[in-house]
Amino acid sequence: MSAVMNTPTASTPKKTGSMMSSPYFTSLVTVALLVVLLVAGGAAYPGFLSVQVMLNLLIDNAFLLVIAVGMSFVILSGGIDLSVGSVLALTTMVSAWMLQTWHAPPVLVIGVSLAIGAGFGAAMGAIIHYFKLQPFIVTLAGMFLARGLCYLISINSISIEDPFFVAMSQTQIPLGEEAFISPGALIAIVMLVGAIYVAHCTPFGRAIYAVGGNEQSALMMGLRVARTKILIYAFSGFCAALAGVLFSFYMLSGYGLHAQGTELDAIAAVVIGGTLLTGGYGYVAGALSGVLVLGTIQTLIAFDGTLSSWWTKIVIGGLLFIFCVVQRLMAMGAAKK
Amino acid sequence: MHSPVKPLGGHAVASAPTNSFVSMIVQHHLFRPLAALALLLLVDLLLIPGFFHVEIKDGHLYGSLIDIANRAAPLILAAIGMTLVIATRGIDISVGAVVAISGTVASTMIGGTMVMNNGVPEYVANTPMVWAICAAMGAALLCGAWNGFLVARMGLQPIVATLILMVAGRGLAQLMTDGQIVTVYYQPFFFLGSGYLFGIPFSLYIVAAVFIVTFLLMQKTALGLFIQSVGINPVAARLAGIKTAVLIFFVYVFCGACAGVSGLMISSNIKSADANNAGLLLELDAILAVTLGGTSLAGGKFSLAGSVIGALIIQTLTYTIYSIGLPPEVNMVVKSAVVFLVCISQSAEFKNMWRRAFPARKKGNAQ
Repeated sequence: MSAVMNTPTASTPKKTGSMMSSPYFTSLVTVALLVVLLVAGGAAYPGFLSVQVMLNLLIDNAFLLVIAVGMSFVILSGGIDLSVGSVLALTTMVSAWMLQTWHAPPVLVIGVSLAIGAGFGAAMGAIIHYFKLQPFIVTLAGMFLARGLCYLISINSISIEDPFFVAMSQTQIPLGEEAFISPGALIAIVMLVGAIYVAHCTPFGRAIYAVGGNEQSALMMGLRVARTKILIYAFSGFCAALAGVLFSFYMLSGYGLHAQGTELDAIAAVVIGGTLLTGGYGYVAGALSGVLVLGTIQTLIAFDGTLSSWWTKIVIGGLLFIFCVVQRLMAMGAAKK
Repeated sequence: MHSPVKPLGGHAVASAPTNSFVSMIVQHHLFRPLAALALLLLVDLLLIPGFFHVEIKDGHLYGSLIDIANRAAPLILAAIGMTLVIATRGIDISVGAVVAISGTVASTMIGGTMVMNNGVPEYVANTPMVWAICAAMGAALLCGAWNGFLVARMGLQPIVATLILMVAGRGLAQLMTDGQIVTVYYQPFFFLGSGYLFGIPFSLYIVAAVFIVTFLLMQKTALGLFIQSVGINPVAARLAGIKTAVLIFFVYVFCGACAGVSGLMISSNIKSADANNAGLLLELDAILAVTLGGTSLAGGKFSLAGSVIGALIIQTLTYTIYSIGLPPEVNMVVKSAVVFLVCISQSAEFKNMWRRAFPARKKGNAQ
C-alpha cells in the first residue's frame, strides 16, 4: 500500500490519473452513488424526496452514524473493532437497569454508560498494544464479553420509563415549516463534526493517520503510539456507548439482543465511505455518506413494500463487493505507475 | 520452536535450555490445549455426577462424552477448514453464512411430501437426497471459490473479502426460503446429523474422515509445508516458486467445503433449515477453536489436532456450564475470559514478562 498516500500531492501529473488516485475520489463516488439512489427513489416514489424523509434517514441511523465515526478512527489506524454492537447493547442494558432499580438521575446514568464504554475500549486498546495481539481477536473477545454481561444483568428486555429519556425520544426539534429532527440526530451530527475536526486538525488526528500508514515509522518518528492506539479504542468504545444512549432514546428499552450485527453495518458504512481497511487512508466524513447510503437502501426497500428485508443484506453485500474491488483496482493501478 | 507439520517430533526444541522428558512434554504444542481440556474434564468429574458414565441404550452409546463429541462435530469441521485459512494469514468470517446456505439448499430440495403407501403415511424426498447433498456441497464450494477468488486473485484483505459473503450470504439463504424456516420430513436425511452407525454417532465418522484425509494431506504431501510457508512469508514463498495464489484459493474452497458439510449436519440435526440462525456465530467459535488449539492468527505454524481439541474445549465448556446449573448466559462471559487468557498467554510479550518475573526458576531448571 506504499503507493497510496494521505495527501493529494501524491497524484500523478496525468489529468484523469490524478483524479482517479486522489483520495477524494472514492469518497466522491459514494456521494455520487447517494445522489443517484436518492434521485432514483424520487423518480420511483412520489414523496420520497421530501425533507422529512431525508431527515428521517438521519434520525433512524443516528446511532449507526456515531458508531461509524468511532469505527473510522479505528480503521484509519489500521485496526478493527468488532465489539461496538455489543457495547451498544451493554450500554442500553446498564442504563435501563440503573433507571429501573435505582431510579438514578439520567445524567448520572448517561455519564456512567459513557465511562463504561470508554473504559472498555481503553482496556481492549491496552491489551492490543501491550501484548501485540491482533485487534480482530481481542475485540472479538470483547464482543462476547459485553454481550455476556448484558445477559448477566437480565435476559429480558427492560423498558425505560424515565421522563428524561421519554422526553428525548419524543422531542421533535422543528426545522423550517414542516420538517423536524430528533435530539439524537443532532448529537450524532455534533459528534461527526467534532470527529472530523479531531482527525484533520489536531496532532492526535495526524498520529492516527501515521499509525495507520505504518506503525513502525510512527514509532520511529517519536509519536506516542501506545497513547494513540489506546485512545483510539477508548474513543471507539465511547462512541459505541454514546450510540447506546441514542439507541435507548430511540427504543426506550435495554436489551441484550439490541443491535446485533451493527459492527458489520458500521464497517460496511466506513468502507463504502471510502476508507481503506488497511489503514491510513480515508476521511471521517466518509462515515456520513456510507451510513446515508445504507439508510437510503433500507428506505428504498421499505418504500417499495414488495421487496423483503433480506434484500437489504444482499444489496449491502453487493455494494461492499463493488467498493472493495474498485478500491483494490485503484490501488493496483497506483502501484503500477 | 517446534514444527507443527511434524507434531509428534518434539526434537526441534534445541533452543530450550533443557531436554528432559518433562520439558519435552511441556514444550509440545498440544500440551496447553490438552491440559486445558483435561482441567475442564476434571472439573466435570468433580462437579457432575456420572459425567464419564457411558452406557449402551437402544443399541448405541449414550452418555455425556458422546453427547459432547456429537454436538461438537459441526464446530470441529468448521475449525479444520478455518485452521488452513488462518495458516495462510487469512481468516474466513463467512463460515456461518455458508452453513446457512448449504443447509438451506439441502433442506429446500429434500423437503418431504407425504404419500400414502398401502395405507401407511410415508415421506418421500422432493429431490433425491444424493442430488440435494451434491447441490448443497456445490453451493458451499462456490461460496469458498468466491472467497478464494476475492482473496487470491483480487488481493482483497481476507476479512473484507469474506465479510461480503457474511453479510450477503444469509440474505441469499433467506431469499431461497422466502424468509421461512423450511422443515424437512424425509427420514434418511436425519441420519447425517443424528444417526448412529455401529453405536457411534454417524457425524463422528464424517469428522474423523475429514480430519484423517486433511491430516494426511498436510503430513504426507508437501501441501502442509507450502501452506505454512505462505503464512510465514507470502512474498518469500512466491519467490521460492510456490504458487501462492493457487494455494490460497484452495484453502478458501476447502474451508467452504468444510462449512458446507457442517451446514448439512446442522440442518439434519435440527430437521429444518433456519436461514437466520443456523450456524450463527459459528465462524467466531471456529476462530476461537483454532486459537485455543495453539495456531497463531498471524499465520504460519498450524495444528489440525490442536483445532479439534480447541473445538472440544469449547463444547465441553458449554456443556459444563449448562450441567452445573450456571445460567447459560454465563457461557459468553466465560468464553471471552478464556479467549483473553489464551491470547495473552500466547503472546511473546507475556512470555518475556513471565521470564523477567521468574528468572530464578528458569535458571534452576537449566542446571
